[in-house]
Amino acid sequence: MEIKSCLKRIGAINKKLNAIIYLNSLAGKGVPIAIKDNICVKGEPTTCGSKILKDFKPPYDAYVIRKLRDADFALIGKTNMDEFAFGSSCETSCYGPTRNPWDPERIPGGSSGGSACAVAAGMVPMALGSDTGGSIRQPAALCGIVGMKPTYGRVSRYGLIAFASSLDQIGPLTGNVTDCARLLNIISGYDEMDSTSAKVPVPDFTKSLVPDIKKIRIGVPKEYFPEGGIDPDVKKAVSNSRDVLKSMGAEIVDISLPHTRYAGSCYYIIAPAEASSNLARFDGDQYGLREEADNIIDMYTGTRTKGFGEEVKRRILLGTYSLSSGYYDAYYLKAMKVRTMIKNDFMEAFKVCDSILTPTSPTPAFKIGEKSGDPLSMYLSDVFTIPANLAGIPALSVPCGFTKNNLPIGLQLLARPFAEEILLRIAYTFERNTEFHKRKPKI
Amino acid sequence: MADKKTIDDKTVKRVSVLSRINLTEGELGIYRTQIADILGYVSKLNELDTSKISPTSHPLKDLRNVFRKDAAKKSLTAEEALQNAPKRKDDFFSVPKIIG
Repeated sequence: MEIKSCLKRIGAINKKLNAIIYLNSLAGKGVPIAIKDNICVKGEPTTCGSKILKDFKPPYDAYVIRKLRDADFALIGKTNMDEFAFGSSCETSCYGPTRNPWDPERIPGGSSGGSACAVAAGMVPMALGSDTGGSIRQPAALCGIVGMKPTYGRVSRYGLIAFASSLDQIGPLTGNVTDCARLLNIISGYDEMDSTSAKVPVPDFTKSLVPDIKKIRIGVPKEYFPEGGIDPDVKKAVSNSRDVLKSMGAEIVDISLPHTRYAGSCYYIIAPAEASSNLARFDGDQYGLREEADNIIDMYTGTRTKGFGEEVKRRILLGTYSLSSGYYDAYYLKAMKVRTMIKNDFMEAFKVCDSILTPTSPTPAFKIGEKSGDPLSMYLSDVFTIPANLAGIPALSVPCGFTKNNLPIGLQLLARPFAEEILLRIAYTFERNTEFHKRKPKI
Repeated sequence: MADKKTIDDKTVKRVSVLSRINLTEGELGIYRTQIADILGYVSKLNELDTSKISPTSHPLKDLRNVFRKDAAKKSLTAEEALQNAPKRKDDFFSVPKIIG
């Protein structure tokens, strides 16, 4: 795709979908790509979908942006997101909600909803997102595209505005598995500016694009197919996908991840706790919004009260509570211990299988506004994606079907730390033998 | 772990002061109810005996303190660092008086 045709497509449909919130002033030449609004692009607006970062233009590029520039990508613009990436629906942005190109009455998923929508609707061939509890994979699934959360440490977060530092990871959202591998090649690698960046070799991921999964052992965990807890169309599509992979020569293994049901609880302590600490920096001192006041505490409080949206305040309050004196052991420490148990479940499972297959999301895209009054029910839409972030393992979502109402469904594949290659190989083989990625929304 | 009853207005108010966020009376009530719901949900973790489990603070194995060489290198200029400043004075960020 050329830059010109991207801009034309954006001009024609972005008003309806609200996926792109800023077009960059210097798009450059090369392969067009859109960037989630929480990744710093030098001199271009980077706001996390929040009023508190209104007009903020970073004085430096994120590591991944530098890599993209070096590889001759054209940075088309910034994509909409839930404010500070807190959400699963892309409804909490200060720029208003992004819409799902398959049904504009529905959410695109979140928090990287703008990136997923822009790729699915053909505005850009690929985009970058970030994934803290499913924020790449869930919108990829709900928009019918490929999304990957690489292993924690695989991609530097230098220049990613932090949400929950022990969970955040940058990753690709693309129209197909081949582009996912290509983009991963470019953004991966050790970076001394991110102290959690891993010093591990980066393979050529395109070498994994082989249509052969004979003898690969794929685990199916019973906990991800709860009775009544999953949409029947989703269940059917994922079961069919398992059969497709089996017919291609994979060995299907029944496995158990017994602590899966605790992952949501664990995450909703850890993520807000880390977020409350990370977001302490937004106080009006050095950048972004400032509410002037006579003393500094009133300035901080005024700025934060005015600048943060409702969901951000909720998570800061929740996180501050669980870290506060007298509650730390009962909440944060407890959650960190349960995190160990969830991680151990995976390490046990990977003794008997090479990859794990699950639905990406328990339901297809829901209606805009459907869950916005009930934060807890919104939180539960991440139940299948959260465990990979807690364990730090790589995970990928690939299109695997459609509901009766023509809404996309995603298949999630998980693997051991730094085993992205197996995910790409299985997803590529699946893609080659199915047609789901070829269907495009009529918009 | 606390149950729903222990989250009262006073606690939410205290947390909002720590968070540097003002809440209206209406917001206080809404957040109290929602936070109580969420804490009720997460209290499920108490079903698990974690007495012999060590905590995981991040997923990377064998990561210890990370140091870099103490060598001078190029960094942002004062002008670049100040370009987003809501208010500045000369080469400094300007804020309200801190010491009375």
